[in-house]
Amino acid sequence: MNLALGNEIIDGLIKAFQLIFSGDPTVVEICVRSVLISGSATILAFLWSLPVAVTLGLKRFRGRFLIKGFFNAMLGMPTVALGLIFYLFFSKAGPIGFLRLLYSPTAVIIGQAILITPITVSFITSAIESVDPEIKDLAKTLGASETEASIAVLKESMNGVVLAVTASFNRAIAELGVVLMIGGNIAGFTSVLTTTIALETSKGEIALAIALAIILLLIVFVLTLAVNLFQRRITYVFRD
Amino acid sequence: MFSVIELENISKTYENTHALKQVSLNILEGEVFSLLGPNGSGKTTLLRIMAGIERPTSGEMRFNGVKVEEGNINHVRSKTTMVFQKTALFNTSVYKNIAYGLRLRGLTKKETAEKIRETLKTVMLEGYEKRPAKKLSGGEQQRVALARALALDTQVLLLDEPTANIDPKTASIIENVLSWVNKEKKTTMVIATHNVFQTETLAKRAALLLEGKIVKVGAPQEIFALPSKLLASYARLENVFSGVSKVTGEGNSLVDVGDGVQIETAFEKTGNVTVFVRPEDIILSLNPIVSSARNSFEGRIVEISDLGTIARLRVKAGRDFTVQITKRSFNDMQLNIDSKVFLAFKASSVQTV
Repeated sequence: MNLALGNEIIDGLIKAFQLIFSGDPTVVEICVRSVLISGSATILAFLWSLPVAVTLGLKRFRGRFLIKGFFNAMLGMPTVALGLIFYLFFSKAGPIGFLRLLYSPTAVIIGQAILITPITVSFITSAIESVDPEIKDLAKTLGASETEASIAVLKESMNGVVLAVTASFNRAIAELGVVLMIGGNIAGFTSVLTTTIALETSKGEIALAIALAIILLLIVFVLTLAVNLFQRRITYVFRD
Repeated sequence: MFSVIELENISKTYENTHALKQVSLNILEGEVFSLLGPNGSGKTTLLRIMAGIERPTSGEMRFNGVKVEEGNINHVRSKTTMVFQKTALFNTSVYKNIAYGLRLRGLTKKETAEKIRETLKTVMLEGYEKRPAKKLSGGEQQRVALARALALDTQVLLLDEPTANIDPKTASIIENVLSWVNKEKKTTMVIATHNVFQTETLAKRAALLLEGKIVKVGAPQEIFALPSKLLASYARLENVFSGVSKVTGEGNSLVDVGDGVQIETAFEKTGNVTVFVRPEDIILSLNPIVSSARNSFEGRIVEISDLGTIARLRVKAGRDFTVQITKRSFNDMQLNIDSKVFLAFKASSVQTV
């Protein structure tokens, strides 16, 4: 039996590479959809997290620690619970059921964006907090207004911000629970890498599952590596 | 003369500490003003208020005659700049560090590049444009910070301990740059320092700040002429004497500091000077001693302070001298108030600017 499974894995690997290198349309389609959905979710999360993180990182106000604590706690939120909450919201009887978003790519994008928001907020906040507190004063002594000084601090924390965005994207593209519950894994519509891997594995279609898993890992590794390599350049571009 | 900055009853309170208490001060156009005081006396807070990056708890500040308020604070920031004691740099090239303030002022790329080249030359860092600022040595970083401030050609330049924690060579470059800038550009400068000698070389007026209060404002010599008991509360102002110096031989001068005290020094200087001797450089004995020390005085102990393993004595020998000896010597010699003692110190222990 061990031998049989071994053969199956080797067979699967060979077929997987065939699928990848032959540019199989299903594989390509799932990959593109995954990247588009998670990319949109990352951008969405970044847009609403940035003002929150800048406020938490730079301003001192009552309740600041409570809000920071909330986002930190949300980092460990069980995604199945989150998926269930989203399901209840998006379902016909739910408060936004009338939008008919359940089992649509839009629902998946919103779900992933909310899921990764704690990561984006917490990482950017700590990146801003790690900037020398004198930088803000320095910018002001050089003639910057309050807003310009805050931008100067944000630019100093650009490495951390880039890291936050990368980590958020990686988390989004790797998510299964939420995507399955509100996306429904509808082939050609909402199926992404993770949901397809899960489905194909349960169906015994090991080759396709392996091929997609390899691609998923490659996306995460290549992106992270590229960001690391180009981080200096990205930071410099943003500084101009 | 026109006052650039006028401070009236400025107080600053942080939670339970009073950093500044009712400070009133005028900074005149084109002058170099020195804020003297020990660490924690409020010098930095005062500079930060003048720079417009800190608001006083109470009191009023006027800049070019206009009351500074929330609405015009950005105007103050554009007319002044400050160099921090702990060098703060943007994590980028030297060029972009200096360009930041210039860009805020709307200079073109060409003007910016020209200005940066010029100021880097002033601080003797020509050709450093592309270097990552944070990878430079401490002294070079401080010069970049200075260049960044100078490039802006602001009306007022505020400097917080500009030469503390850096090597003497960089310190002298910075001092030369500052006096050049004041002469050539007529920039008004306020320098916070605990280096009394910097005060005398650069500043025409100074204020002594102790525990958040201004004790005296005047020429540096006037401050050094304050009762030594008051100055003693400020470590580096012990044994500071102003007087008239005349050269007495090759490498020697005699400084008449008044009250019949003449101090022999190992430098050649003529005219008004300020000298100081470190308390630990003075030898105290019960009998006159024959030694190579060129200065010896007879006096009486007027004050004794116990500092743990050492004792600090104030000896009246014409002028007041502070002497520091070990507790053991103090006990062995059975010293007391009014004990007659002899002081001796080398001409080379006498320091000046």
